[in-house]
Amino acid sequence: MAELASAREAADELVETFELFDEWEDRYRFIIDLGRKLPPMEEGDKNETTRVRGCQSNVWMVAHARSEGNQRVIDFLADSDAAIVKGLIAILRRVYSGRPADEILAFDAEGLFERLDFGQHLTMGRRNGLFGMVQRIKALAGASTVGASAAAGGEG
Amino acid sequence: MQYDVEELRARFPALHQLVHNRPLVYLDNAATTQKPQIVLDTLVRYYTEDNSNIHRGVHTLSERATAGYEAARVKVQRFLNAADNGEIIFTRNATESINLVAAAWGRTFLQAGDEVLITAMEHHANIVPWQMICEERGSVLRVIPITDEGELEPGAYEKLLGPRTKMVAITQMSNALGTVNPVREMTAAAHAVGARVLIDGAQAAYHLRTDVQALDCDFFVFSGHKLYGPTGIGILYGKREVLEAMRPYQGGGDMIDRVTFEKTTYNGLPYKFEAGTPHIAGAIGLGAAVDFIESVGIEHMAAHEQSLLQYGTELLEEIPGLRIIGKARHKASILSFVLNDIHPSDIGAILDQEGIAIRTGHHCAQPVMDRYGVPATARASLACYNTREELEALARGIHKVRKVMA
Repeated sequence: MAELASAREAADELVETFELFDEWEDRYRFIIDLGRKLPPMEEGDKNETTRVRGCQSNVWMVAHARSEGNQRVIDFLADSDAAIVKGLIAILRRVYSGRPADEILAFDAEGLFERLDFGQHLTMGRRNGLFGMVQRIKALAGASTVGASAAAGGEG
Repeated sequence: MQYDVEELRARFPALHQLVHNRPLVYLDNAATTQKPQIVLDTLVRYYTEDNSNIHRGVHTLSERATAGYEAARVKVQRFLNAADNGEIIFTRNATESINLVAAAWGRTFLQAGDEVLITAMEHHANIVPWQMICEERGSVLRVIPITDEGELEPGAYEKLLGPRTKMVAITQMSNALGTVNPVREMTAAAHAVGARVLIDGAQAAYHLRTDVQALDCDFFVFSGHKLYGPTGIGILYGKREVLEAMRPYQGGGDMIDRVTFEKTTYNGLPYKFEAGTPHIAGAIGLGAAVDFIESVGIEHMAAHEQSLLQYGTELLEEIPGLRIIGKARHKASILSFVLNDIHPSDIGAILDQEGIAIRTGHHCAQPVMDRYGVPATARASLACYNTREELEALARGIHKVRKVMA
């Protein structure tokens, strides 16, 4: 996943792409399209353990930490029942997934969504599960054991 | 009399703003209504001129605050046509009013094996407090089922009513479906088996004329903020004899007659249920909201909203793939819908870009969503200041949703 050198670079590239859109509809279409291109998640992986509950919509996420050289790297796959949230998951994956844990911990996801003018979707927070998903990824990135998986917890 | 909606709109400052560079179309009234200038002015005037604690001071400000607070109680009493103002208790909201009754009435009068009846279209606020007290008392919660249209299943209520029924707690109007229930007839049937009746008027109170004596209900609850009033203030109406037989809900200042360490005797109604310093400004603000409604006439508002509901239903039914949830013959002001397999939160987010405010989600009525097999709906809800043009904007917005999501 990590073709670009850093999460920051991946984020800057996205922001540049978004600046090409004049209309909000085009931004939304682009996001929704990104969501549709997400690698599909196994239906069996969408269960109560992987569910990040939201008042508005649900997110399911499977995340793993692995060793790569002397670094801990986090991979994740996620899905949502709402199209816009799914698109924002695709953004997070592009920026985050396959990145070293310390880079994930240092990255400001909320700030990125603000720059893309989708800030309300993360700050509305727990309501759509996206906030909970970011929390879980960061918790996994912050955990000390390699090979750990994101477990349930911190649900709204 | 001509209903002048533009003149009415002019009295609501929050309606006149741009959201994402579009004129705001506010269709989330079932969640909370906007406030007329008179309510805002009243709040400012109270804090600017009269702010003081009530019922204690002998000084002028305290007397003014007390007079304003008690005058608001009388306004609400008249609004509901209650027999006396001691039957009007200020709470935080409808939710607290129901919790008060469930706890203070339930602890005294519910026994093991007794039954509490609710409907399948209740807001969580009229489900969970009863579940809690039933669990505590060993009582049983029973549910009147609803039809595909969103009406109570014919005959089901009468079948569930029996000698074990001690409380019937029902919504007058569903927040998720818009259904208006025949609460007057249901109250009479409940009384015939000796049960008490609580009516959740949170949605009905600002759409229908309420007369608690004609309804003959034992309790009626609503929230001030849905009635064009401030948040944080609500009403519990209770029949005097029923309230007097209940123990206090919370202990503290103002609800006492005499306190010693050995024993405390309680104040009379309504103060027995108003422990601590209440939301004085909120109560006075609610009084101003009642004045506002009475000056326009709730019947005129209802007629306007009813014609909007009909127009909105026609507009929405023309949209391919749109399904309205809740088609009761008697309904008011609520358009709950799903659109193909588009998630309601996507509908809400896209409409917001067009400046249109609706509600999406389960509307704190998850059992209703389960009943219709949907995780959530999108809900447009009307108030006295909405217009036909706003409903046309909603319909255009939904077409936009279909386009963006295609």
